[in-house]
Amino acid sequence: MSGDLTSEERLLQATAREFAIRELAPGAIERDESERYDRSLFTKMGELGLTAAPLPESVGGAGFSYLGWTLVMEELGAVDMAMAVSLSVHLLSQYPVVAWGTPEQQARWLPAMLSGEALGAFALTEPHAGSDAAAIRTRAERLGPADAPEGYRLSGTKIWISNAPEAERYLVFATLDPALGSKGITAFLVEKGTPGFRFGAHERKMGIRACPAAELVFDGAEVPVANRLGGEGEGYRIALSALGEGRISIAAACVGIARAGLDAAARYLTERHAFGAPLVEQQGLRFMLAEMAREVAAARAVTREAARAKDRGEPIAEASSIAKWTASDAAMRVATDAVQLFGGSGYSRETGIERLMRDAKGAQIYEGTNQIHRLIVADEVLRSIGG
Amino acid sequence: MRIVVLVKPVPDPASGGERLGANGRLDRAAVPAVVNGNDEYALEAALKLTAAAPEGSEVTLLSMAPASAPETLRKALAMGATRGVHVTDPALAGSCAVSTAKVLAAALKQLEFDLVLAGVDTSDGLGGTVPAAVAAYLGLPFLSYAARIEPDEPAGTVRVRRISPTGYDLLEAPMPALISCTQALGEPRYPTLKGIMAARSKEIATRSLADLELDPSTVGGAVATTQVLATKVPPARGATEVVRGTPDEGATRIVEFLAQRRII
Ligand SMILES: Cc1cc2nc3c(=O)[nH]c(=O)nc-3n(C[C@H](O)[C@H](O)[C@H](O)COP(=O)(O)OP(=O)(O)OC[C@H]3O[C@@H](n4cnc5c(N)ncnc54)[C@H](O)[C@@H]3O)c2cc1C
Ligand SMILES: Cc1cc2nc3c(=O)[nH]c(=O)nc-3n(C[C@H](O)[C@H](O)[C@H](O)COP(=O)(O)OP(=O)(O)OC[C@H]3O[C@@H](n4cnc5c(N)ncnc54)[C@H](O)[C@@H]3O)c2cc1C
Repeated sequence: MSGDLTSEERLLQATAREFAIRELAPGAIERDESERYDRSLFTKMGELGLTAAPLPESVGGAGFSYLGWTLVMEELGAVDMAMAVSLSVHLLSQYPVVAWGTPEQQARWLPAMLSGEALGAFALTEPHAGSDAAAIRTRAERLGPADAPEGYRLSGTKIWISNAPEAERYLVFATLDPALGSKGITAFLVEKGTPGFRFGAHERKMGIRACPAAELVFDGAEVPVANRLGGEGEGYRIALSALGEGRISIAAACVGIARAGLDAAARYLTERHAFGAPLVEQQGLRFMLAEMAREVAAARAVTREAARAKDRGEPIAEASSIAKWTASDAAMRVATDAVQLFGGSGYSRETGIERLMRDAKGAQIYEGTNQIHRLIVADEVLRSIGG
Repeated sequence: MRIVVLVKPVPDPASGGERLGANGRLDRAAVPAVVNGNDEYALEAALKLTAAAPEGSEVTLLSMAPASAPETLRKALAMGATRGVHVTDPALAGSCAVSTAKVLAAALKQLEFDLVLAGVDTSDGLGGTVPAAVAAYLGLPFLSYAARIEPDEPAGTVRVRRISPTGYDLLEAPMPALISCTQALGEPRYPTLKGIMAARSKEIATRSLADLELDPSTVGGAVATTQVLATKVPPARGATEVVRGTPDEGATRIVEFLAQRRII
């Protein structure tokens, strides 16, 4: 499976694997149980350079291919999906600054994020607008003359914002006028501590419990025009472009979950004896293992293919949706089967197997629900036949 | 400070260890290679020493290994080594520890250094004799089992804490010297991602036997002083029994266990 990787990519994979096993695995169950985000782990990811891995060297990134990034996310997802998501969201909040930021904004915003000193978050979802992201209501009011605004005043509420309240840097999407629909949406760089910006309730989640998520409340928070990313009304395109990359990243982490479920189950079946023989001698169970392996292989294949498409500079809307949808469904099915194969100990919170199942579930919902990915894929199919 | 680190590619112990081919030599295709674990500790020590005095400092990797070695050495370069020197020659296949030491010594003669660091032993060959032999061939002071290394550049000396059965011995020698390194020196770092990228442009120079000042008929598989006749995998350990409960219950169970086997 790794035949076409470069020697740097293989080294990246080995480094991520070693990091995941040595640094993330030991406390993963405890952190999930106590819903504890361990910031020192993120700091270590920064020291290693994971926080900048797929970003171009021109802005201070490490310059790895996106294929390389999927190798990292697979290793992290296999051990600790919560930290994988935290890192993925951190990257998600940087891509738009790389793609749309002015040199001044990049110089001001990126260095601390690339190095892992500052944690990033991506704030789109609102109580009334999840899948229908164009319907967001958080308002951005111009300050100063309409044709040359000096800044914007933000008012509204975001929910489900991963990495909040830990994060220092927020990429916030707000609308100049809800009547404009997607054309009114504008992106802003907002720092924690900005007057008028505070945190609301913490989300109490089913899975990835060691990755925080919280509500953001904007109560007339003022941001200077220098913190507007892209032009007025360009926010929706900015959000969608970043989500394409984010979806591949989440897909890769899901491949990791599925792989972890498969490996654990295979080992368990060889060790566990019942009816006078190792369980793995039951053909019915072997068939389950084979089906799980097929899910992992297929998910990995579409995920890496989407990453290669991105590396080649091709459009990734369809490929990234297929990857995220396929891989999160694979993770859910494989994790569910892993719990089944472990029997009672799979259902116990002490073995880490049920955690795979809880962690997989969320990935079918965030970064576009898998229903939304069906819509995107269908649109692309119809577009390709000129429909 | 110019340091040469001797690094040997070995079969990845995490992949189930080595397999021997029919000729008693390692089947290198069977298992992926990694840098010998102890050599990574030696490299870590070298990187810390040079970081403490970066002016004019460099860390050179020296390896005698089959043609596939550069792929393995990349990781060590990504960790921060400056460059690599790879000695390889078909005639070296099947080399014993004596040949290895002769070849490494000949290669070291072509390099400038203040210190040579080696691992105390390897996870495959486990001989633990190469470093001492290299030092002997070069007439270098040999400081073994280092738990701490303290060079004094102005004085041109190096102090080493050597692990001894009762604690530490404190050794001092003039530089250049050769030191065999233990894991007490501290955990090797991860290669950073920037390090991995930077390693792409680092040089690994290849040397064949003809490039060394050495009589080729005195080294290599043809004149090996040792030969592997057979290897055996230790028998699988029996089922492990985990004793849970209070310390008293645990102690009772352990005593019973030992008594049953007439150990006490
Ligand atoms: C763990 C987690 C982390 C998250 N992190 C972030 C974050 O960092 N930043 C952020 O902005 N958001 C984040 N979210 C929010 C996430 O993006 C939304 O929950 C998601 O987009 C779905 O929106 P919703 O919850 O409003 O559901 P809704 O949009 O209300 O959907 C409800 C159901 O209806 C289906 N549905 C909706 N519309 C259609 C349609 N047209 N056709 C068919 N089916 C449809 C959906 O698939 C879903 O099953 C996170 C969510 C979770 C669970
Ligand atoms: C073409 C070719 C094929 C070889 N095939 C084999 C093989 O099949 N099996 C095998 O065990 N060895 C092989 N070698 C390597 C060599 O023969 C061994 O390194 C030697 O026998 C050392 O034995 P050891 O592992 O006991 O070393 P030890 O004495 O345990 O090593 C101690 C330390 O010495 C240094 N060192 C040892 N060997 C080397 C080396 N080669 N290069 C740089 N530093 C070193 C390291 O720092 C190491 O930690 C081959 C070499 C070549 C060029």
